[in-house]
Amino acid sequence: MGIEQKAGNMGVVTTTLEQVVNWSRTNSMWPMLFGLACCAIEMMSAQASSYDMSRFGMELMRASPRQSDLMIVAGRVSRKMAPVLRQLYDQMPDPKWVVAMGDCAACGGVFNNYAVLQGVDEVVPVDVYVAGCPPRPEALIHGIMTLHEKVKKEHLKTWA
Amino acid sequence: MNEALQAAVTGISGRFGAEVQEFRGEVTLVVSPLQINAALQALRGEYQYNFLIDVTTVDYWPAEEPRFHVIYHILDTSLNLVLRLRSPLNGNSPTIPTAEKIWPNANWYEREVWDMFGIRFEGHSDMRRIIMPYEWEGYPLRKDYPLGYEEVQFTFNKEEIMAKKPHPQERT
Repeated sequence: MGIEQKAGNMGVVTTTLEQVVNWSRTNSMWPMLFGLACCAIEMMSAQASSYDMSRFGMELMRASPRQSDLMIVAGRVSRKMAPVLRQLYDQMPDPKWVVAMGDCAACGGVFNNYAVLQGVDEVVPVDVYVAGCPPRPEALIHGIMTLHEKVKKEHLKTWA
Repeated sequence: MNEALQAAVTGISGRFGAEVQEFRGEVTLVVSPLQINAALQALRGEYQYNFLIDVTTVDYWPAEEPRFHVIYHILDTSLNLVLRLRSPLNGNSPTIPTAEKIWPNANWYEREVWDMFGIRFEGHSDMRRIIMPYEWEGYPLRKDYPLGYEEVQFTFNKEEIMAKKPHPQERT
């Protein structure tokens, strides 16, 4: 009734639940705005029309951690900012991922001193590190595509 | 030296026994911390120094006497004259009276000096840290404060450093 006329002769696709879920997760991975320094400029550029990160399913940056799946830490994290970063990470719903964008977020970069966290991996678990000072938008997009490859390899038994 | 500036400098240095230093047209008065408030009050009230540009400090460690110089830059907005006052302080936990009652904007400058150098301003209404977290220990801009340098990771010492680094825990 009706459904045949609307769907046409498209046949049947079989797949596994794992692949469908991972496919949907990678193609609607909304990043959270976490611009802290000059890397944020490159992150904005990656979102804007020249590079257009939303081609890959990252529709829009969410200002709220409740609506986001991916935290892009763009810039150096000071010791005063670290508890805030951790709190925002804790407020994100599972599943969640973290990309450390740039040298400062990855390892402290040139700021090897008392005031700056020597790598954001001291407070949150990081999935992908993007090198560069700051990384170009292509590098950020490549980092997120790498994360997508990682997410596609996740297994049903490890989700819970 | 400008005539109006000369009048203020001679008036203040005569009354408070301040040493006058001049370097490339910039005039500095060295006033003892006991008299700094009276000198600032006189400059604001009797001369037209109505704007406090900055309060900052220099640490001359390892010198102990004086170890710190608290520095005030004040501006006469009608004649565009800038005057600098320095006040030497001894020892590790010095105190100086606050200038907050003369210029209210000294509040935040003095909080910053307290935060970075640990100089207590007596009579200050809100003596908290302004930049560093409240529970921070030590005063970062002191010369004897450690930089907090962490060793750089290479392939030969990666394991050793990773063992010492803090690691995040997932909350359940």
